[in-house]
Parts: sequence; structure tokens; C-alpha cells
Amino acid sequence: MAKSSSQLKDEILKRRSQPKEPAAPVTDESDLARLRKSQPRFRGLEAGHRACQGCGEALAARLVTEAAGPDVILTNATGCLEVFTTPWPQSAWRLPWIHSLFENSAAIASGVEAALKAQGRATKVIAMGGDGGTFDIGFQALSGMLERQHNVLYVCYDNEAYMNTGIQRSGSTPHAAMTTTSPPGKERMGKRHLKKDLLSIIAAHHIPYAASASVAYPADIRRKVRRAVSITGPTFLLIHSPCPLGWGFDSERTIELARLAVQTGLFPLVELERGEITGVMPIRKPRPVADYLKIQNRFRHLFVEDPRALKEREHLQALADHNIDQYGLAGEGADPLDADGADTVRRGGLVD
Amino acid sequence: MLHALEGSQAIAQAVALCRPGVVAAYPITPQTHIVENISKLVADGKLKCEFVSVESEFSAASVALGAAATGSRAYTASSSQGILLMAEVLFNIAGLRLPMVLTCANRAIGAPINIWNDHQDSMTVRDSGWIQLFCADNQEAVDTTIQAFRIAERLELPVMVCMDGFVLTHTLEVVDLPSAEQVDSYLPPFTFANKLDPRRPLSLGTLVGPEYYSESRHSLHRALQKSIPEIVAADKDWKKLTGRSAGGLLTVEGPKDAKTAILAMGSVVSTLCEANEVLAPKRKTKLIKLRAFRPFPVEALVQVCEGLTELIVVDRAFSPGQGGILGTEVRSALAGMKKKPTIKNFAIGLGGRDIPLETITHLLDAAKEQEEGDFAILDVELNKLPPEDR
Ligand SMILES: Cc1ncc(C[n+]2csc(CCOP(=O)(O)OP(=O)(O)O)c2C)c(N)n1
Ligand code: SF4
Ligand SMILES: [Mg+2]
Repeated sequence: MAKSSSQLKDEILKRRSQPKEPAAPVTDESDLARLRKSQPRFRGLEAGHRACQGCGEALAARLVTEAAGPDVILTNATGCLEVFTTPWPQSAWRLPWIHSLFENSAAIASGVEAALKAQGRATKVIAMGGDGGTFDIGFQALSGMLERQHNVLYVCYDNEAYMNTGIQRSGSTPHAAMTTTSPPGKERMGKRHLKKDLLSIIAAHHIPYAASASVAYPADIRRKVRRAVSITGPTFLLIHSPCPLGWGFDSERTIELARLAVQTGLFPLVELERGEITGVMPIRKPRPVADYLKIQNRFRHLFVEDPRALKEREHLQALADHNIDQYGLAGEGADPLDADGADTVRRGGLVD
Repeated sequence: MLHALEGSQAIAQAVALCRPGVVAAYPITPQTHIVENISKLVADGKLKCEFVSVESEFSAASVALGAAATGSRAYTASSSQGILLMAEVLFNIAGLRLPMVLTCANRAIGAPINIWNDHQDSMTVRDSGWIQLFCADNQEAVDTTIQAFRIAERLELPVMVCMDGFVLTHTLEVVDLPSAEQVDSYLPPFTFANKLDPRRPLSLGTLVGPEYYSESRHSLHRALQKSIPEIVAADKDWKKLTGRSAGGLLTVEGPKDAKTAILAMGSVVSTLCEANEVLAPKRKTKLIKLRAFRPFPVEALVQVCEGLTELIVVDRAFSPGQGGILGTEVRSALAGMKKKPTIKNFAIGLGGRDIPLETITHLLDAAKEQEEGDFAILDVELNKLPPEDR
């Protein structure tokens, strides 16, 4: 039988009142390692927030903050992440966190960083925003932050639409996708325009490090975050974060979908240093884009008897092929394993 | 020590004396000289601070917001279109209860684009939750800037120091700059209890639903109301230290027994005071110089209006389709008086229209003609307009 909450409370109080065994002094390296391992894993974003089941953004934010560690200040643009993590009087953040507006996460981060500099503090700043807050309305502030060389990691959680306001198209929405402001109809086949090539625009700022990542590859995210925060200067991470509600798929398929986006070539995982490509996640056997599209409602209108539907599918396939070509994604050998760096999660919080 | 300085130079020096940690700004006429002068102080090593030259006013205000939230003394300055571009951030700063100081070099709003002085910019953000103090001359602007940091930091509220563009910012006047020791003794280093710090992680700017939003707004309203004694105290202590008052909530000038008064804000008060002495109008007139517009000092205003039969409110901005903003607020503030003066309301000096000494006579004459409750722009030259717009 489950314990009642009062029983639990009594037990906790009893345990607390018992004198504690003094901790054994740490004598050597292995003891220290053991001590570390016995500590709970550091989490910047706690469970219990109000994201939908299977939310890619929630997962990505947890991975980013876990990898960055506890000596971090976060800024957050308006959007799903801000809303589902901080319904007053609750907050799911274990890190200092500030939300101001939709379009100024990068500028707030610039100010936080300037203040830290003025005070001689070494804390790392991570600015966060959705694709709307990054590709569109917050782009100017982001470009300014990169140009001024602020020591900030900017992370964009890309779910390819304005989800918080009910799935409207953004500059990041893929071509032909259905959103509430790019509905298919007699005259239209979903979004008319292409997904903005943000990474190239970021690369043109010649910042020390920029990369794309995907929630399907958590260890890759960790590695890229650690790389980014170890650099002094502006860095940028674009994380593909499927949204079950907005894309129309079952919430247990988030990882599968994210992986398919990478394996089709539609969402290439690349790394750039000072604007030059320095690394890509190879695709050994590219999957046809139809495998990815057909399991999402937002592309449902591309799978009906209609010559326009076929044309759009071919168009999307051509875009994926172009990515594979442009970034040299076709790889040899085994599929990359998402394992390196998996053992390096940070344990414990910030100690004085 | 006395210095002959351009208004903007004097403000830059005053800001430097307050030892800000972060300054962020974007150029716009007539604020530009302020940021240029601060940049120079930083470049010459005379001011040790992070100067962030942002890509817009929106980011200037946002950078200052982020800096204040991280526990640094933050400053920005802007004007006109810049203030409007900042508007969303200004509301946010006040809502988050972040202390900082902004100088508004008051300028008209386009269209039609016009770079000259009136008060439409700061008036348009009067509901943002910022304290707004208007300065009549450059000495007041210097003293108010230093007081503003103290007021902001004690109350955790942002303060906007309003000074007329060109008329003050670009005018050379002799100002008495306090010494660094004086300012240090008046303004302690900034500490902010709710700053962003990994050792004590707080969430700032969370989503507040209907069950708490009213309470949050109530507390902002109360904070502004309660700032009145702090504004008074800041000026009193300043006077103790330097021998100068910057004008408290409001001040009255001119003959004590006058039954007519003109109420105004900013540099126009200095002009009208001089006109009052030089032209000595037949209708004995005193001048009420309102320094604190937000919070609106109702009690103090009612007190100085006791015994008046006529009050002429001079606006430097208005709400099209309604009338003078200050005029409307004064009418509402005095509504409860037992024997209240008749209140007349004019806008003058829009978009830099010259305000010569004779304005005082025009005002007094026009007031005789105006119906109670009306509003008009003084001295509009209707012959410049097509007949259908007259
Ligand atoms: C200036 C402004 N315009 C519009 C909005 C409304 N709004 C809030 S969040 C949002 C969309 C957020 O989309 P995105 O950045 O992609 O984040 P997501 O919710 O998808 O994670 C919009 C349009 C706003 N808050 N502020
Ligand atoms: S709508 Fe999408 S992004 Fe927003 S919480 Fe739900 S799954 Fe996450
Ligand atoms: Mg989005």
C-alpha cells in the first residue's frame, strides 16, 4: 500500500532529526570520483513543468542546462518554454533565469554578460529562444549580440512554428508545411516559402562556434554545449525540437521523428568555426523524405491524389538532397553512435 | 565646482559621478551628445564601465534591463522615436521592478518627422510604471540625475529624467558639478537583493495568470504612490549636501498673492518665470513648476492651488481627440477641491515652436476666452492650413 503524505512527512522528519554520520574524509582521486558519482545529476530544468508529453523543446532545454552545469545564467524569450516552465508561483528552473520579452533574449543576455564583466564574475550566460524568437522577431537583437562579440551561448529550440500562440508559420517553418497561418487549400499547398537558412546567416557573423543539433542525439548536444560554453565569445546552437502538438504526431515518436529529419538530410547536423564548416554528422544511408513527412499531420496534404502534392514532395526531396550535397553528409562506415560524452554528465550543484 | 558645460556634457559627467556598471545607448538627436560624451569618458579611462553600443533603442533598454537584473547600476538615454521603440521594454523594466535611470532628451514624435523639442515622447510612456521627473534647467538635470539613482535603487523602480531637447541638451550653461566624494557619500554602491546569481537561483519574469496579475499591478501602483516621500527626501538630503534643491515634487515662483497661476513642466517654466518678471503682466501671475509627473503629486498640488481663482495648465504634448495630457490630469487632481480655480489648458511649443517671452501674455489673453474644460494649441496659424483642416 502506498504511504500517505503524512506518513511520508513523519518519516522524513524522523530521518532529519537523526544525527548524521560524519562524511568520510576524501583521501584520493578515486574517492573523489566516487563522491561525485554518488551525487545526483545536476539538472537545470526540473521535472514537473507543464510541457505537452513528448515535447522536444523541454527535452532539449534539459540536455542543454545539464551539460552547461550550474554556473550559468539563463535568458528566455517568450514562447512555449517560458510559459510551461514558470507558471507563477512555480518555476521548474534550478538556474537563475530571466524572461523579459519575445524579441530581446539576446539583448537581455548581452546586458547580463556586460554586468558580469563589470563585476568580474565568470558565470556563463545562455540565451534561449524558440524559432520565432530567433529567426524572426528576435533576429536583430541576436545579430547585434553576435557582432558585438558578447560571451554568450545562444540556443534556439527549433520546432518550426510559433507553437505558443497556436501553431503559426515562422521563418523556420519548412516549405509546404501546414500551420494555422499557412493552411493548404484550393490555392495553396501549405507554406509557400522556404525554411530560412539561419545557420548560414549566423556563419556570416564569423563567430567562433556555431552548430546544429537534434534531440535525437543527446550526447551530441552535450558535446556541442560543452564545446560552446568553453569558448570565450559568442556561440550559437540550433536544436531541432519536434513538437507533437504542432506537427501532429504521437508523443512517443519525438525521437524517431527527430532522427528521421537528420537521416533524410532535411535537418543537417553541422559545426562551423568562424564561418567555416568543421564537422558534420554523416548519413550512411539517407532515408527518403516521404518516410519523415508521412507520419506528420502538417504534411498530410502532400499525400493525397493531387499533382501539386507530388510536386511539393519532390521539391522537399530535392531540398534534402541539396543539403546532403552541400554539406557532404553522405558518409562511409557505420552510423554514428550517440555515445561519446554520455558518461560526462555533471553531478552535484554549485559549491561555494 | 562651477563649469561651463553643454547640457549633454553635464549629464555625461553626472552619470559618470554615479559610477554606473553598464551603459547602453543608441544615438538619436537630441540625445546623441550625451552618449558621445559618455563614450569619450570611457575611452579616456575616466569612467570605468561596460559601454554597450547596441544596434537599436530596443536593445539599449534590454541591455540595461539585463544588467540591472544582474546587479549592476545601469543607465541609458534616448529621445522621441527611440523612446517609442523602447516602449515595450520600458513597461517590462517597471513591471520587473528593476532600478535604473534613463535620460529622455524630450523631442516631438513623427509623423511629420521633427527633431525639435516637446514632451510627446515621455508623455506617451507615462503609464509604463516609471517615475518621471522633469527638469527646468541644466543644474536641475544634473542634480536630478544623481538623485534619480538613489530614488531608483531605494525603491526598486526605474526613473526617467526628462530634459528638453536642444533647449537644455545643447545649451551651454554654468553648472555646479558635485565632487566625487559628495556623490559617493550620497549614493552608496548598488546592491540588488533579487539579482541573477547561480548561488541563489531565482526566476524573474515568470508567467502570471489572472489570479495574481491584479495583485502584481496593485503593488506597482502602490510603489509609485509610496515613492513621493522618497523623492522629497532625496531632494532634501541633496540640499543638505550641496545647498541646492532640484525642485522637490513641485515649486511655486512669483508673487504670493497672485490669484492666477500657470502650471508647466520643464524648461518652459524658466522662460515663463523670466517673462513674468520682465513683462510683469497686469493679471498678477505665479508659476507652478511641476517636477514629478509620475508619481502625480495630487496632495502637494492641491495645497499650492488653494486660493487660486484661475489655473492655466501648459502642455508640451497632447492626446489627439482628447486634449492636453497634463491639463486633463490636473483637472482630475483638483476635482475634489472645495473652491477650485477655473482650469484652462493650452499646448505650446510643439515640435520646437519658439516660446518667446510674450507667450505669457498670449496665454493670459487666450485663457480669458477659453471655455472651462476646453483645450487648444496656442498660436496655431490657421492660414497655413487648407480650409477643411482649420
Ligand atoms: C511583440 C510580441 N509579438 C507577439 C507575441 C505573441 N507570441 C508569444 S510567443 C509567440 C510565438 C513563439 O514562437 P517560438 O519563438 O517559435 O517559440 P515556441 O512557442 O514555438 O517554442 C508569439 C507570436 C509576443 N509575446 N510579443
Ligand atoms: S506545443 Fe509543442 S513546443 Fe509547446 S509545449 Fe507542447 S509539445 Fe512543447
Ligand atoms: Mg517555435
